[in-house]
Amino acid sequence: MRLLLEKRSEHSHTMVYLSPVIAIGLTLVTGAIIFAFDGLNPLEALYVYFLEPLKYLWTFAPDDLWSLEQLAVKAAPLALIGAGLSVSYLANVWNIGAEGQLTAGAIFGSAIPVMFPEWQSPLTLVLMLVFGVLGGMAWASIPAFLKNRFGASEILTSLMLVYVAGLLLDWLVRGPWRDPGGHNFPQTIAFSDWQLLPSFDGTLHIGTLFAVIAAAALTVLMGRSLKGFEIRVLGASPRAGRFAGFSRKGAVWFCFMLSGGLAGLAGISEVMSTVGQLQPSISPGYGFTAIIVAFLGRLNPIGALVAALALAISYLGGEAAQVSLQISDKIAKVFQGILLFYILACDSMILYRPRLIFNRAPAAVPAE
Amino acid sequence: MEKEFKMKKWIVAAAALAVGVGLLTASASAAKLKACWLYVGPVGDGGYTYQHDLGRKEVEKELGDKVETKYLENVAEGPDAERAIERFAREGCKIVFTTSFGFMDATIKVAKKYPKVFFEHATGYKQAKNVATYNARFYEGRYVMGEIAAKMSKTGVAGYIVSFPIPEVVMGINSFMLGAQSVNPNFKVKIVWVNSWYDPGKESDAAKVLFGQGADIMVQHTDSTAPLQIAQEQGKLGFGQSSDMIKFAPKAQLTANTDSWGGYYVQEVKKVLAGTWKSQDTWGGMAQGMVVLSPFTNMPDAVKAMAEKSVADIKAGTLLPFAGPITKQDGTVVGEKGKSLSDKDLNSMNWYVKGIDDKLPQ
Repeated sequence: MRLLLEKRSEHSHTMVYLSPVIAIGLTLVTGAIIFAFDGLNPLEALYVYFLEPLKYLWTFAPDDLWSLEQLAVKAAPLALIGAGLSVSYLANVWNIGAEGQLTAGAIFGSAIPVMFPEWQSPLTLVLMLVFGVLGGMAWASIPAFLKNRFGASEILTSLMLVYVAGLLLDWLVRGPWRDPGGHNFPQTIAFSDWQLLPSFDGTLHIGTLFAVIAAAALTVLMGRSLKGFEIRVLGASPRAGRFAGFSRKGAVWFCFMLSGGLAGLAGISEVMSTVGQLQPSISPGYGFTAIIVAFLGRLNPIGALVAALALAISYLGGEAAQVSLQISDKIAKVFQGILLFYILACDSMILYRPRLIFNRAPAAVPAE
Repeated sequence: MEKEFKMKKWIVAAAALAVGVGLLTASASAAKLKACWLYVGPVGDGGYTYQHDLGRKEVEKELGDKVETKYLENVAEGPDAERAIERFAREGCKIVFTTSFGFMDATIKVAKKYPKVFFEHATGYKQAKNVATYNARFYEGRYVMGEIAAKMSKTGVAGYIVSFPIPEVVMGINSFMLGAQSVNPNFKVKIVWVNSWYDPGKESDAAKVLFGQGADIMVQHTDSTAPLQIAQEQGKLGFGQSSDMIKFAPKAQLTANTDSWGGYYVQEVKKVLAGTWKSQDTWGGMAQGMVVLSPFTNMPDAVKAMAEKSVADIKAGTLLPFAGPITKQDGTVVGEKGKSLSDKDLNSMNWYVKGIDDKLPQ
């Protein structure tokens, strides 16, 4: 007996959208089993993990708003990067290095407060954001150039540049950009006033709006513009795209600039809100998690927004579960891993049909 | 009539007792104090965070059902710290210990928002009305380690693996060197910066390099057990950091400079229970039991006796690791004879003592 995966001749359109829902369902069931094995009440554990952060949606108690705001703040960089990556991946441009572009954006944008700490004006804020975007684009332009000029695999080059950006940041905060009054700790001066994003009430900052705007803008771009059509055609069938007169190289540039710029914006927004200064680590791997976000969101910018919220829950729920249920912090990573596994499995089922092949030997014996 | 009255009295008394007991138990469960800890590493790191968690467990053991403890482990210094601390405050924690330097600004920020919650930040320098700071004089242990190293080393060279050039770490290097020079004035220390508190790979590479350059004793101001394990493999000697690491290097560990937070944590939580908690800056050493050298092993009795005497002298205050005059690397001399450098000088230390074979990263 063996298992065979057969290519399906037709893909169900509904299943494409149902698959992440099924995957999330399976993750919950698996999670409940794990919790039960750990001696916890699975329903209570799942509630603490996945529903408590959303409590405000049905209690409307002002006190519960906090969790929801934290969720939005955590999801914002994931959604921003995920939206850009979605477009890239649709065009078959594999930007794996969003984490590096995020770091580059944070560095470029932070150059302003580090070099001109006294300069406080609304323009400071705007320029920092613009520099952040430019930084991400500059970093993304390297793999784009290498791809178009030499045909170098953008998967490798963009990924490698993540480490280069990380080391550059490390060197800056330990060396030339270190806070002179910071007791030699590796960090820049703390940003203040116009060097930080304004927040609505201390937690929720306008960076979360960027994510919503980006998702909406990219949806329009992909659905209603020629550029969107071009990207989808080039992704689905490069040959057809060429006959239509679309430039493959142009698409590579466009995708890298778009996804790199958004990653850079996410980076500088994080630095200007939750972190408040440059330090050796400014992101817990948002650029990589955003790859999961893009696929979970079906390579659709609005989908990425929803997926980012789902992954943000897995982070924050892990924290809540640690405090309320006293379980290890590893649980969040386990959940993310299980979720990705089920999504890939469900997606494979869309493209392939599993078939159990039984040993046909007995049937094959000819009756003489 | 009389009997009936008595009966009534009994009933009233019983009822009062019942209500009293009920109130007592109710108030006891309501008054269960929540004490919470924020850790930068995993509780199983076998070093720094592990020691803090031992302290938390001691609070649980000592104060029993008067307290309930919570912790969050592996919280990065940066974007997640503030949210984690605020979560504690929202969960009803009355006292929150944030155990890494990098949590400083986040602690201060959250403390402003929750004036009724008490915060204690380890190794930092910013206080507020509801934020206390605490740290231990680890350099006291390092002085004794220096003396032992100078006695035990054949090459007269120690390798020193360090994390970040902050005063805390520089102070440790200098104290170690002063201890060593008190035994052997020509003692040498070679230094490798690994720029991390916990990176077993880098730490073991550094240990190999230092042994290769002639060191035969390893000192570390990083948290993994890797350097000691390399020492064990190569038949060399070394010192444990933060936690007793004898299990990992039974033939190599001379002693370990361990942090013992339990006593302090119990004391602070008790203060909250009694309503006497106040913001303060605590810097305790061997005398207060915050720094403890684990049993002296792998050394002759004479060396052991010397080390034990030094520990006793430091506790008694007759041996001051940073007693002047001290010659700096650049040749200038600081400190008065018989008097220790001030805490302020120690906490802003950014220079090496003479004889250290390294340039301090500035």
